[in-house]
Amino acid sequence: MRDRILEAIFRAIDDANDSFAPADRLAKSAETVLYGPGGNLDSLGLVTLVLSVEREVDDEFGTPVSLADEKAMSQKTSPFRNVGTLADYIEVLLTENANA
Amino acid sequence: MPESNVIVITGTRKGIGQYLAQYYVEKGHCVVGCSREPAGYDLEGYSHYTLDVSNERDVVKMFSDVRKRFGAIYGLVNNAGIASMNHSLLTPLKTVQRIFDTNVMGTFLFCREAAKLMRPAKCGRIINFATVATPFKLEGEAAYASSKAAVVSLTEILAREYAEYGITVNAVGPTPVQTDLIRSVPKDKMSRLIDRQAIKRFGEFRDVSNAVDFFLNPQSDFVTGQVIYLGGA
Repeated sequence: MRDRILEAIFRAIDDANDSFAPADRLAKSAETVLYGPGGNLDSLGLVTLVLSVEREVDDEFGTPVSLADEKAMSQKTSPFRNVGTLADYIEVLLTENANA
Repeated sequence: MPESNVIVITGTRKGIGQYLAQYYVEKGHCVVGCSREPAGYDLEGYSHYTLDVSNERDVVKMFSDVRKRFGAIYGLVNNAGIASMNHSLLTPLKTVQRIFDTNVMGTFLFCREAAKLMRPAKCGRIINFATVATPFKLEGEAAYASSKAAVVSLTEILAREYAEYGITVNAVGPTPVQTDLIRSVPKDKMSRLIDRQAIKRFGEFRDVSNAVDFFLNPQSDFVTGQVIYLGGA
């Protein structure tokens, strides 16, 4: 499941990169820092990426998920810290949905 | 002209919502409606979802389906609303929660999910429903009026958050219209309320659609964060 999630995130990164300035474009890697210290995205860039990820995850798994999270802007515990933590978060949501 | 002609309207089973669904279908729009119960009517160009507007999972699922069927949407009319006319000292907390769930949480969820489908085209119109009960500060409507005050605040802030996506967010504040919403309100109370309006009559469905038309108009792209109170509140 995790590989499919990462692929969905990478497609979303391709999509989001189209609207980012060259210096802000994201690399397709689990280690890519997204938001917070060392991250390329401001809050609006994060919104753009997250909405693309939601769409790609829905298309890949046929399960709509809302990636809204109250810790989104947290420096330490945000699921949007890097691509890997985002994939972990999506995996939890998809599992919760499957068990609901 | 907008790329999409799809309009989502909540609370379309009866009353103003049903009228608006029929009105916009007649104007050539594709209308997607919803309510807790099945619509009970069929219209070409109209599709219905049965859900509670405050149920996040169901709302997200509905918009996922709408995206797959239509791609994008142009308009959202957050009409679904419930009221309770009662002195605050006699109002159970459950009633207040129910009112806020539908009027505030429902409006928030639909705005959030609709904006996601409007954003790629950089074009969208969101119209929320306020009420004259808020500026009139009506006794006996603490829960209803305060929930709609929250809707006004939501409208004003989302207008700023969504502006850069070409999405306008406005609200219409109807006067009492003769629907189920006010069925149980005593006549003398309703008369006193209408006496506080500049124009002293019940609102009609066409008064509401006229204001919604203005906000939905593609040319209203410089109008956002505004509330039109009908009847001169």
